[in-house]
Amino acid sequence: MTQSSLHTTTRKKRLSKTVSNIEPSGIRRFFDLASTMEDCISLGVGEPDFVTPWNVREACMASLEQGYTSYTSNAGMPELRQAITDYMDERFQVSYDPEQEVIVTVGASEAIDLAVRATIDPGDEVLVATPAFVSYEPLVTLSGAVPVPVKTDASTDFKLTKERLEAAITERSRAIVLSFPNNPTGAVMSKRELEAIAEVAEAYDLLIFSDEIYAELSYDIPHTAFSALERMHDRTVLISGFSKAFAMTGWRLGFVCAPADIAQAMLKIHQYALMCAPTQAQHGALEALRNGREAVEKMTNSYRARRNYTVHALNEAGLNCHLPGGSFYAFPSVEATGMDDETFAEQLLIEEKVAVVPGSVFGKGGEGHVRCSYATSLDSLQTAFARMEAFVSRHGK
Amino acid sequence: MTSDKEIELIRILEHNGRVETEVLAKMLDESEEDVKVCMQKLEDEQVILSYTAIVDWSKVTKEETIAAMIDVKVTPQRDVGFDEVAARIQRFPEVSALYLMSGTYDLSVVVEGQTMDGVARFVSNKLSTLDAVLSTTTHFRLKKYKHDGVVFNQDEKDRRMVVSP
Ligand SMILES: Cc1ncc(COP(=O)(O)O)c(C=O)c1O
Repeated sequence: MTQSSLHTTTRKKRLSKTVSNIEPSGIRRFFDLASTMEDCISLGVGEPDFVTPWNVREACMASLEQGYTSYTSNAGMPELRQAITDYMDERFQVSYDPEQEVIVTVGASEAIDLAVRATIDPGDEVLVATPAFVSYEPLVTLSGAVPVPVKTDASTDFKLTKERLEAAITERSRAIVLSFPNNPTGAVMSKRELEAIAEVAEAYDLLIFSDEIYAELSYDIPHTAFSALERMHDRTVLISGFSKAFAMTGWRLGFVCAPADIAQAMLKIHQYALMCAPTQAQHGALEALRNGREAVEKMTNSYRARRNYTVHALNEAGLNCHLPGGSFYAFPSVEATGMDDETFAEQLLIEEKVAVVPGSVFGKGGEGHVRCSYATSLDSLQTAFARMEAFVSRHGK
Repeated sequence: MTSDKEIELIRILEHNGRVETEVLAKMLDESEEDVKVCMQKLEDEQVILSYTAIVDWSKVTKEETIAAMIDVKVTPQRDVGFDEVAARIQRFPEVSALYLMSGTYDLSVVVEGQTMDGVARFVSNKLSTLDAVLSTTTHFRLKKYKHDGVVFNQDEKDRRMVVSP
């Protein structure tokens, strides 16, 4: 018997270097801590407190009854893609070709991954406006590229400014990840403010990955789709989904709209990695777009009232909080207690049984703040803020 | 207060009449004083008629109530139509709701009482004997599943994970 020189008796490494170097999400630790606590009030939940509207659930069941259990086309059911483009046109005045420029994805999460993988090479830099949703930086790293955080902070109400952005640009910069209305800060950017970013994108020839999953949840000004800005259609990958506005997080359904060359490149990855988004969820989503307007408005009004309440209550509790224009998060500073955000969140959980998420898990600029989700009942909010007020007055500097 | 905010206030109160003025003020981003004034105005104009609790009496065993929905056909009267007979029926304290209907009968009367006997007596002695009443059909309510938008015995818990991105 001959032995190949490739045979070995020692154990080879099993995990890729890229994956090994990625830190587990900081949210995880808080989840573990909070889930062991009984009667804890959680302001740590990043999803709506509504269940999916009944008509949407019913449409999904009907599709199962009728036997729609096979794959759909890779990019998603044609009727759904048409409904998505109609919706984007009507709500945000931006038009896309349902044949070539739209893909139905497994959540906005998949769409973000596709956008990065389809356009970015190893060594390229992707600018990420932070604090932001936890997945952007790791997904950039996973594709071998380098995430470059561009910090926003309270001095600009957590909006991205042209100056900060330009200061971070290098020869290797290829794209900017934007997400307004923002998780965790609630910040919203107006059309004018976005135009300043568009100028930079054009001047340095950068792509924009615009995660607009909270577009419907903009409470004071109408949302501006980045691709609706002049000359931006061709350099924008617009990512959105059903999770937030339609209260459909568990359905795992999102979509992406992009110029045909980029969309088709993304579709290549999607077709091999996922084949297609779940068929039942697509049927639900179609109903959501066709007959979901009223439910979205009702939920939005309810969030707006709770947003107003939350901001007043936090400021009264001694936690300085700017007015978050969208999403369902408030992002107060914990400076009044002299604690850093991690300590604050941990002590608040232990002493008062209120769960919030430390801002630093959302990246640079989040330090010293905590994310409070107001997507929970008014009763819970009232109790939570009373406890936080007690906590702050006990620990106040 | 703007009319948008006024409608918002009505919506909140319709859903939960017990929210304190202080909380309402914060939710609407208005002063407490303005909220009070607006609520007073809505009450004066009888836009807001009452702040009541929705009770599941079936859980209060000693106080079990019986309810019936009675379809009533009546002869409308010259000039006043159905309003006069409706005005007479609505005065009975047993009547908890009264609606004018389209279709095969005219008035829908909801009657609540302590016993089935009591409800039957109301129908035969008081309702049927009104001059305008031509006929009545009484349906007893067996169980309340949902009332005024509120589901009884709701078991939909918060199923979300306590902390998520
Ligand atoms: C900004 C942002 N983008 C994307 C997602 C994920 O959305 P989906 O459920 O569509 O994957 C979230 C969820 O928390 C989010 O906050």
